[in-house]
This record gives sequence, C-alpha cells and structure tokens, in this order.
Amino acid sequence: MFQTRFHGRGGQGVVTAAELLSVAAFRAGRHAQAFPSFGSERTGAPVVSYCRIDDRPIRSREPVVVPDALIIQDTTLLQQTDVFAGLADDGYIVINSTRDVPELGIGEMLAGRDPARVITVPATRIAMQHLGRPLPNLVLLGAFAALTGLVGLVDVQAAAGERFQGAVLEGNCAAARQAYDVVKAHVGEGVGDAMAAVSAGAPVFDRKDADA
Amino acid sequence: MHSLFGNAAAVATGVFAAMRAKGRDTRVVAQAGDGGTVDIGLGPLSGMFERNDDVLFICYDNEAYMNTGVQRSGATPPAARTATTQAVGEHPGNVFGQGKDLPRIAMAHEIPYVATATVADLRDLEAKVEKAMAIRGARYIHVLVPCPLGWGSASKDTILLARLAQQSGLFPVFEAEFGEVTAVLPIRRRVPVTEYLQPQKRYAHLFGQTPDTETIERIQAQADRNLSRYHIDEVEI
Amino acid sequence: MRKQIEGSAAVAQAVALARPEVICAYPISPQTHIVEALSAIVKSGDLQPCEFVNVESEFAAMSVAIGASAAGARAYTATASQGLLFMVEAVYNASGLGLPIVMTVANRAIGAPINIWNDHSDSMSQRDSGWIQLYAEDNQEAVDLHIQAFKLAETVSLPVMVCMDGFILTHAVEEVEMPDQATVDAFLPAFEPRQVLDPAEPVSIGAMVGPEAFMEVRYLAHRRQMEALEVIPAIAAEYGAVTGRVRDGLISRYRLDDAEIVVVALGSVIGTLQDTVDALREQGVLVGVLGITSFRPFPLESVRDALAGARSVVVLEKALAVGIGGIVANNVRTAVAGLAIDVRTVIAGLGGRPILGESLAEMIRGVDDLDELTFLDLRTELVERELQRNRATRRSGPTAENLLRDVGAVGDPLSVRMPR
Ligand SMILES: Cc1ncc(C[n+]2csc(CCOP(=O)(O)OP(=O)(O)O)c2C)c(N)n1
Ligand SMILES: [Mg+2]
Repeated sequence: MFQTRFHGRGGQGVVTAAELLSVAAFRAGRHAQAFPSFGSERTGAPVVSYCRIDDRPIRSREPVVVPDALIIQDTTLLQQTDVFAGLADDGYIVINSTRDVPELGIGEMLAGRDPARVITVPATRIAMQHLGRPLPNLVLLGAFAALTGLVGLVDVQAAAGERFQGAVLEGNCAAARQAYDVVKAHVGEGVGDAMAAVSAGAPVFDRKDADA
Repeated sequence: MHSLFGNAAAVATGVFAAMRAKGRDTRVVAQAGDGGTVDIGLGPLSGMFERNDDVLFICYDNEAYMNTGVQRSGATPPAARTATTQAVGEHPGNVFGQGKDLPRIAMAHEIPYVATATVADLRDLEAKVEKAMAIRGARYIHVLVPCPLGWGSASKDTILLARLAQQSGLFPVFEAEFGEVTAVLPIRRRVPVTEYLQPQKRYAHLFGQTPDTETIERIQAQADRNLSRYHIDEVEI
Repeated sequence: MRKQIEGSAAVAQAVALARPEVICAYPISPQTHIVEALSAIVKSGDLQPCEFVNVESEFAAMSVAIGASAAGARAYTATASQGLLFMVEAVYNASGLGLPIVMTVANRAIGAPINIWNDHSDSMSQRDSGWIQLYAEDNQEAVDLHIQAFKLAETVSLPVMVCMDGFILTHAVEEVEMPDQATVDAFLPAFEPRQVLDPAEPVSIGAMVGPEAFMEVRYLAHRRQMEALEVIPAIAAEYGAVTGRVRDGLISRYRLDDAEIVVVALGSVIGTLQDTVDALREQGVLVGVLGITSFRPFPLESVRDALAGARSVVVLEKALAVGIGGIVANNVRTAVAGLAIDVRTVIAGLGGRPILGESLAEMIRGVDDLDELTFLDLRTELVERELQRNRATRRSGPTAENLLRDVGAVGDPLSVRMPR
C-alpha cells in the first residue's frame, strides 16, 4: 500500500487533488481510496487530504498515519504545521514552489532524507502559463507520477478528463506533461534505482523556463 | 452562547425571562443567519415577536446556507444558483416567488421596531442598533451581508455589492415601528439590476451568449416594485 | 459499471436508479453532497417523474416524505445528527403509520458540544423508532443497500434507514460497481402501497387508537420487523443473484470459523478491523470480525450462531448510552444469553476520534484484561485536568470550552489524527 498525504489551504483544492490521484490510480488499474481530513474547510485554513493506492482492495478507514509521500501545495505551511509528521524514512516529497529545495530553509527537517526524493515544482506558475489560473493540482500530480512511477502521465490526464473539459482540460494536460517531462528527465526510467542517480540537491526545474 | 441552529429566538427569551426573574436589567441580543431566521427558526422567532419579549434579534442575511456549502434558503433570491438550485433545466437557479421577506413578516407582528441595513453603510447600521437598544420589546434588524464564496463574487466587491443591492432597489433599507414604515434610505444613484447581478457568478447563467432578458426583467420588476412600495426616492448629493 | 466515485455521488445515483417520485431534503453536513447531487439529477430532467422539494427544516423533510408516501409515491430523504433529532416526531409517525420511506443517515455525532464528525449517536438514538436500520461497511454496500432498501421497505411496509458513516464513507472516493437501470428496474417493481390517499377509494390514515387496540398496532409493527429478518436475506440473495455481490443481509462474517476472540461492529470500521485481524492472525491470534448489517431488526439468531464458538467478544461501539455504556453490546448480550462468553464493550471514535488499527490490535491482544466498559484512546490527561478544575472551584465554567483551551485547536487535522 502506498499512502499520500496532501497539504494545502482551504480553497486550494486539496481534497480535489487527492481525489484526482485516486482516479488516476484507478485508471492505472489499481485500487485507490481518497478522503479529506474531515475538518470544516475554511478558506485559508490548513487542510489535509489523503490517498491510498494498492494492488488489493483497500479496507482500512484509519487516517494515514505514516505517509509514503507528501504533496505540499503551499510553502507557507512548512513553518506553520508539522507537515512532515509520520513521513516514512524513504518517503517522497513534492512541494509547490518556485524555489529549489535548499532555498526553502527546511534543511533540518529533511536531514537524513534522500535528496532525490524531495523535489520542488513551480506548479502554480506552470498552471498560470498553461491555464491562466492558479490551479496547481494536476501539475503536482504530473510531477508525482514521474517521481514515483506509481501512476502514468496518461492516467493523470485521464483523471483530469473526468473533471474538466475544453480549454481547461487541455491546459491542465499540457501543464501536467511539462512537470512530468522535467521530473522524468531527472529520475530517468524506472523509479527506485534511477532515483539515486539524480545528483543531490540539483534543481529539477529550470527556474527561468518556469518563470516565462 | 450558541445553542442550536433554529432556536436562537427562544433561547434569548429564556435568558430574558431569567434576567427578569432575577430582577436584573441585562439586555439580550440574539443573532442568526438567514437560514436560522427565515427557515428553521421562524416558529420560535414569530413566538418571540408575538410575546413582544425584550429581545433584539439580528439576522445576517447572505441569502443561502453558507455554512453547509451554499444551499438555498427561504431568503435566496429568484434565479440565484446554489448547490440545491443548480443552473440547469427549464428554470435555472432558484424559482421565483420563494423569497421570504422577513422584515415584512416581522412588521406584520406589529413589534416596536424593525429595520433593514447593509454592510455598505456601517453608520446607518450602528444608528439602527443604538435606536433599537433604546426601545423595549421585540426588535428585529435584518442586515444584508454579501458572501463572496456563495455569491461567486470577488472579496473586494463585498461592500460594493451590498451598496448595489440597495441602489438597485432589490434590497430596500428602511425602518418600521409598530408595523408602519417610518423611514427609508434614499438611493444616491439608481442602478439597473444588471449592474448588481452581473458581477456575481450565481447569476452567470443569466448573462450567457444570449442573455436571459425575460428573467432579468422580472428581477428588475421586483426592484421597481420595492421602490414604489417603500416610496424610495433617488436623491442628488 | 465500475467507477472511482465519491460515496455521496454513488449513493445519489443509486437512489436515482430506484426511481423515487418525491425527494425532500434539508442540508446538513455530512449529508449535503448526497442531496445536492440528487437535486442536480432532478433539476436537469434526468429523473422523471420526480419532485425535488427544498424544505425549511428536517421536520418538514420527514413530513413531506410522509405525505408523499401516504399518497402512494416512492419517497426518499436524507439527514444526519441534529437534523435527525429535529425530525424525530415525524420519524416515529412514519413508522407508526407503516409508510415505506427510505432515508439515508450520514452518521454524525450529536451536540452539544456541536461536532460535525462521525459517530453513530444519531441513528442509534432512533433504534427504537420502529424504522429498519441497515449499516453500510463501505460505499459499495451503501449503494447496494439503498437499492435493496426500497424493496425491503415496500415489501414489509416499514420505513428503512440506511446508515453510512459521515465523511469516512460519504466523502471517500473509492471504486464502486454501479448497477445499470435495467437491472434495478427488473429487481425493484413499482411501489404498490398497502394504504393510499386516493379520492377514488377514500380512506383515513392516522386515526387515534386507544387502549383497546394500541398494543396490537405496536405488536404488528414488531411482527413486521420479525418478518423482515427473513425478507432481508431473501432480498439480499435476489440482489446478489443479479449483481454477483452476495451478502447475507443481516450480518457479515470475517474469519469467524475458528475465532476465539470476535470483535462485533457496525459500519466502516469493519474494514480497519479486517486488516487488523489479518495482521494479528499472522501472529497466531485467533480473532475474527462480526459485522451487523441489520441493527433493526436485530438478528438475534444469526449473531448467536456467529458467536457460539467464541471465548471473548468485544463490541466496538461508535455511540455511548450515557449512564450505562454500550448499546450494541446490550443487544449482543441478549443474543448470547446462556452461552459462556465474555462480552465487553469498547466505546470508540466518538465525534470523529480516529480509530487506529494499532489501537485496535492492542485492544484485541489485551482482551482478557479489558474492563467491562472501555473508552478507546481516551485522553485521560484532558479528563483529569477538567476534574481537577471541578474540584478546585464551584464555577469551573463550561466543560467544552475548558477542554478546548487545554488542547489548543478545534479539529486540527494532524492533532486529531494522532491522539497519542
Ligand atoms: C437541525 C439542523 N439542521 C441542519 C443543520 C445544518 N446546518 C448548520 S448551519 C446551516 C445553514 C446555516 O445557514 P444560515 O443560517 O443562512 O447561516 P450562514 O451559514 O449562511 O451564515 C445548516 C443547514 C443543523 N445544524 N441543525
Ligand atoms: Mg445564510
């Protein structure tokens, strides 16, 4: 079982993100379960959601206590809440930021972690580029797909297709592809070993491109 | 204190009764949303009015059940889209003729004081609260409070929309004593209802490629009717 | 068709497949997504003929359903928590009149203190209301139970409550196999009421009955619930035959055959329990899970059979009968009366307190040391602080506010997740 926890703020679509990942996993032929943290989602308040993915039907209903991956939509959360709580030692982290990981000032919290498994993605910026709107979810999922190999880009795009249509769908798909391609170029084929080949701390995204 | 969704008026009466029994002159204010006021809480509210209990009841009207995710209430205006009046089908949005005009229902109880206000004019609101607190018996103030999330409007437009609601005539701002209108807030610059409706996504279906002029005209007619009902004038300033 | 879908959306689609003619609802979390989805289906014209009535309170919601059902329409509503309590007088009226209304209860705690999270206090409070009560373990079962509920209600002329855990199921996106319209149409015939308001054949419904026959009317309602003990498995079997999803209908059994310890539960926690049981069995603990699908009528015989081989039974409850303890446990004790089985009550998950597999495993391993009544993962340090305040001063203030001050935040997702 692979468990992902999403962090964001009310209004950023944290719940949708987990749901989209579950749909992508379903499309990939796996079993998946997405659920919110069940709080009252006031705009701006920290919100978490979860997605479990497995090759067997998922029965557990307990909250995800030891996630295998974190998707963090908003860097302002890094200082505010204990976003890394419970993260497995070899867990993956995808952070929505225009800065590189070493610049985030969370070195202490990442101590002992494989730097190849921690990436930042300028997801909001990429979304603005392709959609003209700050909708980072599918960009983050594109990056997540490349980083973990758990779902394919086509699955992420298929999930988008269940929720969006027309120009918004096309923009989302293109944005997800951009993130996927960049991360994939760094992790290479196959996840586990290829991951280690990524040079420590090297920026995954060309910030200038992303800024365009 | 917060007790239940629909019982604010009755709980307030209880507090008032206790204060009286104890010989204390603590005044009681009750407040609720439009749902808590015009729908589930209407029975207890009407009872409090009818007994003329010394309670000031303030309704914050954002024209839907926002807490639970924007479902319609009895105060949701015609044609507005909510999570239970979707912009689909033959008559998109909320149906016509379902608004519960609570200020007028309150007036029908002939209580000492009824007033309406919006968040666009805080001095007016403050004056009305002060006036209400100088009066004994059941009093009711109905405040229009735009909800960016529920109305699909920009946060920065909140005050503007409250003002446009008044200036279009859709939300008449007035005072009434013992069932008779005693004062109305004049309109500074009369605007067509479209100016108020268009910035709100809950009315987006009225302004598609072919605007729904028939519905817009019906809404305009409501505004016009308010102006004549309350004898609201336009004033130059 | 297999779909990855939110529980509420799936249930709304299932209800629509049953072709209700009148749907009335008043919003309350965590039920809202169900009725919003149904509102959209009706308003877009996809379900016809069907009237969707937006009412002004839950009392009106159940009352509209009563009127509609008495007039011969298939009627549906949904609620939770405070909403269920607000309609209670009408809830009893519906069952007393024998009207086959179907209602979803998206299980949520009851205030005060106000709390929107899941437990079973709401539906458990109505266990003696005369309604049939079915509890779904997952969203697939929620869908299947709703379709069966209409048939069951109309067969025995009693209203049916389908209970599904609020948020945990209603807001979970997972895979569900949706039956198609033709299958449901073949399974569920048109509603043929036993009594109907029809000017062509005038009857009165709702007469006052005095001491001369009141007992008999009640007894007959009980008889019908007893009949339902046979109707429920029959309908489940029929449904299983056309969908391939065969369930007992009254109970669900998991690794019970050689189980020395059995945990009895209702609803979504059964999934977590099954995972826990598998893990413990690998360590040699002979444990199983008995799920109760039909809580009303209570399947005394099935429960007795299922537990007959057990040494220890733990009833895991998401509701508390304040002043005595377990509600389900009392029913289970009745079922195993005379057998040499220890029945213990564990109260868990009140107001959304997460029920962790780890805690369940610990509970099962230590079953022999459990008190008769235990509160799983109770934060004793919070309790102690309040008790101290109560002792220290007469005017110690409102309990809820005091505890909130101690813990710092309301519903902080991470602190709520990890109680220890
Ligand atoms: C008896 C009962 N039914 C339903 C609810 C759920 N509920 C809580 S707040 C709310 C809507 C509130 O609407 P309104 O009074 O207009 O206040 P707003 O949230 O818009 O400020 C509802 C339906 C409840 N708490 N109690
Ligand atoms: Mg409101």
